[in-house]
Amino acid sequence: MILTKAQYDEIAQCLVSVPPTRQSLRKLKQRFPSQSQATLLSIFSQEYQKHIKRTHAKHHTSEAIESYYQRYLNGVVKNGAAPVLLELANEVDYAPSLMARLILERFLQEHEETPPSKSVINSMLRDPSQIPDGVLANQVYQCIVNDCCYGPLVDCIKHAIGHEHEILLRDLLLEKNLSFLDEDQLRAKGYDKTPDFILQVPVAVEGHIIHWIESKASFGDECSHHAYLHDQFWSYWNRDRVSLCCPASLVTGITSVSYCTWLGIIHLGCDV
Amino acid sequence: MAAVLESLLREEVSVEAAVRWIARSAQSSEDDPGEAAALSALQPLRKEFVPFLLNFLREQSSRVLPQGPPTPAKAPGASAALPARAGGQPRGSRGARSQLFPPTEAPSTAAEAPLARRGGRRRCPGPARERGGRGPGGPEEGVGGESVPWAGGRRLRGSGSPSGPSLALSDPPNLSNLEEFPPVGLVPPGPAGTKPSRRINPTPVSEERSLSKPKTCFTSPPISCVPSSQPSALDTSPWGLGLPPGCRSLQEEREMLRKERSKQLLQSPVPTCPPPESGSPLPSRTGNLTDEPADPARVSSRQRLELVALVYSSCIAENLVPNLFLELFFVLQLLTARRMVTAKHSDREPSPDALDSLENPLFQSIHDCVFFAVQVLEHQFQVLSHLDKGTLKLLAENERLLCFSPALQGRLRAAYEGSVAKVSLAMPPSAQAVSFQPETDNRANFSSDRAFHTFKKQRDVFYEVLREWEDHHEEPGWDFEKGLGSRIRAMMGQLSTACSHSHFVRLFQKQLLQMCQHPGGAGAAVLGEAPDVLSMLGADKLGRLRRLQERLVAPQSSGGPCPPPTFPGCQGFFRDFILSASSFQFNQHLMDSLSLKIRDLNGLALPQQEPSDDGESDVDWQGERRQFAVVLLSLRLLAKFLGFVAFLPYRGPEPPPTGELQDSILALRSQVPPVLDVRALLQQGLRAHRAVLTVPWLVEFLSFADHVVPLLDYYRSVFTLLLHLHRSLVLSQENEGEMCFLNKLLLLAVLGWLFQIPTVPEDLFFLEEGQLDPFEVDTVASEHGLDSVPVVDQQLLYTCCPYIGELRKLLASWVSGSSGRSGGFVRKITPTTTTTTGLGAQPPQTSQGLQAQLAQAFFHNQPPSLRRTVEFVAERIGSNCVKHIKATLVADLVHQAELLLQEQLVTQGQDGGDPAQLLEILCSQLCPHGAQALTQGREFCQRKSPGAVRALLPEETPAAVLSSAESIAVGLATEKACAWLSANITALIRREVKAAVSRTLRAQGPEPAAWGERRGCSHACEHHAPLPSHLISEIKDVLSLAVGPRDPEEGVSPEHLEQLLGQLGQTLRCRQFLCPPAEQHLAKCSVELASLLVADQIPVLGPPAQHRLERGQARRLLLMLLALWKDDFQGPVPLQLLLSPRNVGLLADTRPREWDLLLFLLRELVEKGLMGRLEIEACLGSLREAQWPGDFSEELATLFNLFLAEPHLPEPQLRVCELVQPNRGAVLAQS
Repeated sequence: MILTKAQYDEIAQCLVSVPPTRQSLRKLKQRFPSQSQATLLSIFSQEYQKHIKRTHAKHHTSEAIESYYQRYLNGVVKNGAAPVLLELANEVDYAPSLMARLILERFLQEHEETPPSKSVINSMLRDPSQIPDGVLANQVYQCIVNDCCYGPLVDCIKHAIGHEHEILLRDLLLEKNLSFLDEDQLRAKGYDKTPDFILQVPVAVEGHIIHWIESKASFGDECSHHAYLHDQFWSYWNRDRVSLCCPASLVTGITSVSYCTWLGIIHLGCDV
Repeated sequence: MAAVLESLLREEVSVEAAVRWIARSAQSSEDDPGEAAALSALQPLRKEFVPFLLNFLREQSSRVLPQGPPTPAKAPGASAALPARAGGQPRGSRGARSQLFPPTEAPSTAAEAPLARRGGRRRCPGPARERGGRGPGGPEEGVGGESVPWAGGRRLRGSGSPSGPSLALSDPPNLSNLEEFPPVGLVPPGPAGTKPSRRINPTPVSEERSLSKPKTCFTSPPISCVPSSQPSALDTSPWGLGLPPGCRSLQEEREMLRKERSKQLLQSPVPTCPPPESGSPLPSRTGNLTDEPADPARVSSRQRLELVALVYSSCIAENLVPNLFLELFFVLQLLTARRMVTAKHSDREPSPDALDSLENPLFQSIHDCVFFAVQVLEHQFQVLSHLDKGTLKLLAENERLLCFSPALQGRLRAAYEGSVAKVSLAMPPSAQAVSFQPETDNRANFSSDRAFHTFKKQRDVFYEVLREWEDHHEEPGWDFEKGLGSRIRAMMGQLSTACSHSHFVRLFQKQLLQMCQHPGGAGAAVLGEAPDVLSMLGADKLGRLRRLQERLVAPQSSGGPCPPPTFPGCQGFFRDFILSASSFQFNQHLMDSLSLKIRDLNGLALPQQEPSDDGESDVDWQGERRQFAVVLLSLRLLAKFLGFVAFLPYRGPEPPPTGELQDSILALRSQVPPVLDVRALLQQGLRAHRAVLTVPWLVEFLSFADHVVPLLDYYRSVFTLLLHLHRSLVLSQENEGEMCFLNKLLLLAVLGWLFQIPTVPEDLFFLEEGQLDPFEVDTVASEHGLDSVPVVDQQLLYTCCPYIGELRKLLASWVSGSSGRSGGFVRKITPTTTTTTGLGAQPPQTSQGLQAQLAQAFFHNQPPSLRRTVEFVAERIGSNCVKHIKATLVADLVHQAELLLQEQLVTQGQDGGDPAQLLEILCSQLCPHGAQALTQGREFCQRKSPGAVRALLPEETPAAVLSSAESIAVGLATEKACAWLSANITALIRREVKAAVSRTLRAQGPEPAAWGERRGCSHACEHHAPLPSHLISEIKDVLSLAVGPRDPEEGVSPEHLEQLLGQLGQTLRCRQFLCPPAEQHLAKCSVELASLLVADQIPVLGPPAQHRLERGQARRLLLMLLALWKDDFQGPVPLQLLLSPRNVGLLADTRPREWDLLLFLLRELVEKGLMGRLEIEACLGSLREAQWPGDFSEELATLFNLFLAEPHLPEPQLRVCELVQPNRGAVLAQS
């Protein structure tokens, strides 16, 4: 499936300061019926993450945390069953899961002698039943299931998508009779950083030579492409003599060097 | 010195004899006694003759070439060329140039030193030597030996020697005035001086150029060839060509321009170009501003010029001049001189007695210059004919050359037409990164995980830096140190262990070779350094472009014929990297690594086979040449960097030390062992006749030496060897088994270049002459090596010595007409053949050695491709053999080890003891089996090699040859494989077993055991189940709906829920896409879903009245979930969450509270064995501890009691439950 740069821009435009909830996603789907939910969710998620990266710091000042916590406390005193935390997050334009984490940390600080370790907090977020306060547990759980961009469930979905797409890609390669080495085989050979697959015999796709394939299973916007370029692709290039698809082609010509799959895009490393 | 020249001019001494005299100190028997007497009288001056001659010629030409192209001069005493000073040198200061060869004050000539000093300004380098036996003067000459008295020399010395001809002028110019007498070829800074030379001549379009337009009859003499002693007004165009009528107006315009400019010139205070005197015979009425036509008829003193040209050519031919190409450059400058600066005396007929003295200027006019140049070129035809096609074309098209020597022009034209020596400046493929090398880069080669990961990071930083450099280094204002320095140093700082340093150095060196193997423009063009556009354009537009460039940028980027060592293109990156890193450890490791690689490559067995005549081996031959070129270029690159790093600590901008300071430095430095024993390598190379490989890289190495280096005994002897070699490379001698012409030319070019490097003392070349004997190299004529194989072609010559291209540029700058490149008539040249036999020098007399010798002999009689094939097969099969052993024998042993380990674990309990001990036990059992590797390896090679040889050799190979080749291949492969196996098999087995043991022990860990037995998909599965991510996302939606907040119209249909659980079942049964984390989350979500079902919290779509699931539907869904938990989940399901306070608390919110579903669920869990009663009881017990509303606690307690009260028999209980279900109220009522 092809998404033009213009279409992408239009979608991204709609996502400016929209809370990451089920309702927002539903509206988005109504607005762009031709796009799959997966694609929309992936774009939504990336746009929202960019937004959070920009604004993250202001929610983490001690003043902000204190004021959120007080508002939370006031809210639950009035009505413990109301979606206090979720509404607070939406109101201050912060991801519900992250807000839940913030409040949970603050709560634990108040109730425990030692400051909570990160693993304890992660574990409580994964399983709110462990949270000593029943009301807070419910509030946190509500935040997590209602957040479509952050939280342990979303992380798991993303991870699962990544895994599935590797399998799909492998099937595709097998189906096309392309001989390849996968990550495990490469690691066994001692490679330190590896793409998902190195083709033992390079292939040409639309005039580009493909040496290796990395499935990212997420939407390839410019920003994420640059990030991957820096974190991974250059490392492959450093080791496997492979040039890359230029970033522009990912945005404008997603078609030419990559293909849209069930969710997002699989990038193909290629010579330009 | 002038005395010698004079006696030559008077024909008292033959040229031959003089050259012999200069070349060898000892008198030869061929010498006429009279000559000998004459010359022996001058003996102390012998060494100074060549410098004198060269300086004399330069000085004589100074009036002709003041505005010429970049001067071929070396500035003595210039400070060490720092690497960054690219291109600065060749334009050297004029003052320096005027004493290019300062008076030598060697002990032997000390007495004559003052004489020598007055003997003339020392100038341009250039030797003079007669080619053996070719001089015009016969041995009968020189009868007047006695008339060349010592006194004659004195007289000359007294009167005219300091500046020979100039003293005879009425107005002797002050030669030390650099404004008046600028050094040859320099562009004076003054505007008046520079402007004329930069004048761009409009192109007469219609002018025909013979080679460019072959359709015009070549035999019809062009108009320009008719000597016109009275140039007409029309004839003032450059090179005396009449312009066609169409160009009249152009001509007029130029005339006006010229007038205008001469006016300006007259107003200019700079006296560089004195206004022409009225007596000037030159045609230009307005000043000497245009190119003068040269006319052979107006040459002033032919005989004298011929004689000097002969002496000069002879010196060149005998390699008495330091730099052959510099002299050619000078001669071409004379050929293309535009005009004479002062022409006062050009009209004076030389007086009869002036012929034999030096009092008259040698070059009295342009005609003289051109005549002299053409004379010399005639003698140097052989060298010229080996230049590249482009240069030949320009030479052949040169009108002056045609006028003065049609015969030479004809030869050049023929050479051009026959030449295939097209030198292309092809671009190499763009730089690529060094690939990950599993054998050296993997974890096993690092001492610790940390070192491994540090190196991983460093590799990335290195390439990041490299990329950044590629992107930015061209940008103005970008500074390497500022941009990257700190990052590089930070990176170097992390290379803590010696091991990491060597890893990094290996990467650095590989990347260097990969990027810079194609030197000069090549890498530069790709990586952004300004390519030499001019030389790429060729002759066509070059002349104009060049002058345009001169107008735009004062100092030309072109390095001239003797550029200092530079780091073009991406080499600059590596140089700057080294400088910025400024890490002692790095430099040391780099030197070690470079030295090793140089030794390796220098010792590489290169073909000693000559090309045969048949076409197919010609293909092979191309390959051999390419291989040689690659090796040579790599060596040069490595040696350059080795020299750079090795001498880096000793180089600086300050002038070289003198006196005592120098002595102490010398004493100190002579203690330091050389970084690489280049002397031994050079001696080996000379003995093995591999100078053509060794010398070029050695020159690169030495070019970075500091000023002290040539004074050290060790390096002095190296230089002496090189000088000796230089002298022995007489181009005209082409004997059987001697070095090939182009090989010699390459060596002469690189050596000549080296002798011009500022750090090499100017006097070295001339002083060392006599001291060769101790280092005499025993060259045995019968032995042949690489030197006698034509491995060098023009492409390689020009690649190694880009400065030779200056000749072409010079000629091209003379051409201003447009000449399209004619598609030449390419005739194929069969390379000259010489028979060589290159057997090993010291035959080892063991049977094995004999075998090896036999093999060598066998290969010697076969085409080189056969040897390559056999060696290739042996290499590959040997390597495959090792791999095969790894995959079979070693893999089997590893498998055995795993089995043994399992047994061990079973017998010794779960931890099985200390892993290290286990490993030892296993290895002691298994390693002895490694001995089989050798037998198996031998078998493998025996089996595989013959087939491969057979497949690769031509079908027609004779059977005996084939079988010999096969057995040699088998032998070599076996040798290789067995050598490796016997050395490494034990270690290999150990390593693999160790890996297997740790794998097994890890697999024993608790983590995977908890997952129990994992099943895959069934065979029939087509993997069409919904993807796990999709399901998690769907269930998450249901959960969020249930938890709220939600809009009033939101909800799920019971059908959707059923469908969802059905899909979940499918997904769980198809394991294809399922990963453990996804399964975990699915399990947890399903439990949450069950809790919501139990608490009746799922909003159902449908009529507003009924927003609840029916009991029956809820039970059906719960049963589906129970089945999934029981049958389909393979991982643990957190069922205890069903009874977590939070989930049970959900019930608290519902009014009226409904407990029957929970009770039903608990019973089913017990019944299906998903949870034990005790487990449930524990959960319920802990539930009571939580804080609940009062009534809820009571109900909870009731439920607890109810559950406890139930008998343990599951089957009937279910029935009871079913019966009870409709009457839910009754259950609670009982409580």
